[in-house]
Amino acid sequence: MGAIRGAGSAGPPETRGAGSAGPQRVMDPELQNLQDSSAFASEVSEGRLVTEEMLLNVGPQHPATHGVFRLLATIDGERIVRAEPVVGYMHRGYEKLVEQRDYRQITNLISRMDWLSGINNELPLALALEELMEIEVPPRAQYLRVALAEMNRILNHLMFFQSFSAELGAITPTFYAFREREDIQYAMESVTGGRMHFGYFRPGGLKEDVPKGFIAMALAAVRKVIQRLPDYEDLLTGNEIFKQRTINVGVLDKEVAYSYGVSGPIGRGSSIDMDVRRDEPYLVYDQFDFEVCNGTHGDCFDRFWVLLHEVVESAKIVEQALAGLPPGPIMGKVPRVVEAPKGEVYVRTENPLGELGFYLVSDGGRRPYRIKIRTPSFSNVSALPHALQNTLVADMIAILGSFFFVLGDVDR
Amino acid sequence: MIEITLTDWQILLVKLLIILIVVPVGALVGGYVLHKEMAHMQHRLGPMYAGGWHGWAQTLADGIKFAYKEDIIPASADKRVFSLAPAVIFVPVLLLYLVIPIDQNLIVEDLDVGLFFLLAIGSVGSIGVLMAGWSSANKYALIGALRSAGQLIAYELPIVLSAAAIAMLAGTLSLVGIVEAQDWPYIVWPPGIGLALFLLFLAGAMAEMALPPFDMPVAESELITGPFTEYTGMRFIFGFFFAETAHMIAFAAIGTTLFLGGYKPIVPWEPLEVIPGVLWFFVKTSFMVFLLLWVRFSFPRLREDQLQKFAWKALIPLSLVLILATGAWILYGP
Repeated sequence: MGAIRGAGSAGPPETRGAGSAGPQRVMDPELQNLQDSSAFASEVSEGRLVTEEMLLNVGPQHPATHGVFRLLATIDGERIVRAEPVVGYMHRGYEKLVEQRDYRQITNLISRMDWLSGINNELPLALALEELMEIEVPPRAQYLRVALAEMNRILNHLMFFQSFSAELGAITPTFYAFREREDIQYAMESVTGGRMHFGYFRPGGLKEDVPKGFIAMALAAVRKVIQRLPDYEDLLTGNEIFKQRTINVGVLDKEVAYSYGVSGPIGRGSSIDMDVRRDEPYLVYDQFDFEVCNGTHGDCFDRFWVLLHEVVESAKIVEQALAGLPPGPIMGKVPRVVEAPKGEVYVRTENPLGELGFYLVSDGGRRPYRIKIRTPSFSNVSALPHALQNTLVADMIAILGSFFFVLGDVDR
Repeated sequence: MIEITLTDWQILLVKLLIILIVVPVGALVGGYVLHKEMAHMQHRLGPMYAGGWHGWAQTLADGIKFAYKEDIIPASADKRVFSLAPAVIFVPVLLLYLVIPIDQNLIVEDLDVGLFFLLAIGSVGSIGVLMAGWSSANKYALIGALRSAGQLIAYELPIVLSAAAIAMLAGTLSLVGIVEAQDWPYIVWPPGIGLALFLLFLAGAMAEMALPPFDMPVAESELITGPFTEYTGMRFIFGFFFAETAHMIAFAAIGTTLFLGGYKPIVPWEPLEVIPGVLWFFVKTSFMVFLLLWVRFSFPRLREDQLQKFAWKALIPLSLVLILATGAWILYGP
């Protein structure tokens, strides 16, 4: 049958080889395995069995892309021959916008970059300013920063847990993750007043101290997550269908990942053993005991496994930080007007999705002269074509889901 | 007393009318049960407002909403095929109900080839799905339709073979005859074979209806809604939601008839015989629906090639072996 007929509105199909001369067929998935065998390949090259390629435009509006992300996939039956991510639909020009605002306004602006981990976005800016202005941050503020950043990491990871399971068609774990998120969200809301855009980290410390009862609430919420993780394992990682869908699917080689600057759970899934929290400790991360989870194969399952186990490690850090929370002020000595002295600084932190870097150049004014932001999702998404090659359409969704990217973080 | 005499044709007409009313209402109730069971499994409440008590009128409200939606036919679609497809999907589902015995005498038509009729009619809907996918002029719809066709071919066989084993045991294709031939304990009889046949039938039925974990044809995270991507309003409701729920209930009823002893009491105990067969049938069918939904919300989705492998390399050989075992049981068993 003619694959052309169904091509319709989305775009013209591409033809390959003898094109109209040979009979047109749409490949059955079973046959695709056959196609790899040499006998079949030679038949194709002789022009007797010619298959049509079809250009499938996934996105900018597609449920699996969680945002305006476009993927140009050339498919042969259900097999993806080539895939090309197209980004930029959500470019909001933050790097330019921040040049027009003073430092305190920037804090609230950049938390909208990666909207799932707002407080983690605010952190590198605060660190960069403190380094430039040589402000000493009191230990209580540092401990609270770590605790909140890690709670935000748990929020982020649970969100990706739910979206990944929903994309694989398992709806129930989705809502389980939301139930746990809500407890942590509530604890964070009691501190910051916000649910997504917290605006809580200030150069020199924090906006205000935590309310009474926060520590108990946060600890209870985090412990509940740990307590319920076995349920997740039962529902997803232990499930035979889930394993079949993810193991050896979308393998991202370590070398490829390195060359694209892939970091975070995706990089660690490809066994790039790198975590800024451990390698170049900022704040007081060096005082806590936690492990960096690493995958071995770089497939969807490993990426997901890393994500899930980082939740446990983050919970460990939160517990330690809140248990050892020192008393004292939460704000260092900061001048009334925040003016960074002339100079430049590069700060990198471990965002939930990977390495977040802020290159801040100051000309001595109230506003930054230039801020270059290195966001993890952008580098991670760049490596997508390598993982997507020669997979099936159904795998494409699993791979997109396992690449854990936030569109706001890709485009800024 | 007024005596009403009805001709056979009139009786048939009344029965058909009853089916035409009962099936959509059943589908509405089924949709509500689906919402609620899913919600409670997922730590939610589900619909709570429409109609007052626990949102009982939610599916009704949804239906009315869809009735008011614009009926969009894409410009490049094959208009006639596109508008016909939902009917081709929904009507066979309605026809399924014609031969299912709700009680010993409560049946529209007890065909001698009832089982054959069920299996034949049950797969016609897939043609509608293919029509919908093909005529939509949408790539996602096309992929969904092709997946659906592949699934039908692979999963019709396990269903037919397990039903054939049941027909062998009962010695008849009439559904009333099959129910009458069944002994307690229904699904575990004959030992082992009965349960295996039941599970085989369930797997096949879920795949044929494209229920999760076999919902690759619609796979909403991959293909939007597969063949129904371009459909709106009532066509969407009849082709997709209504047909899906009615189909699910129909298959639950067929499973009840073939494996769970239909309208017979759960245990053969004298006092239980008082309860009408309709109620037993209803209880058993509800249990089947609950089971189907339970599986549906628990598992991730398979991939199409894995599904085909599962069918051709596991289910079909297994069903052939089971046919053999059934034959041996009939010949050499007690």
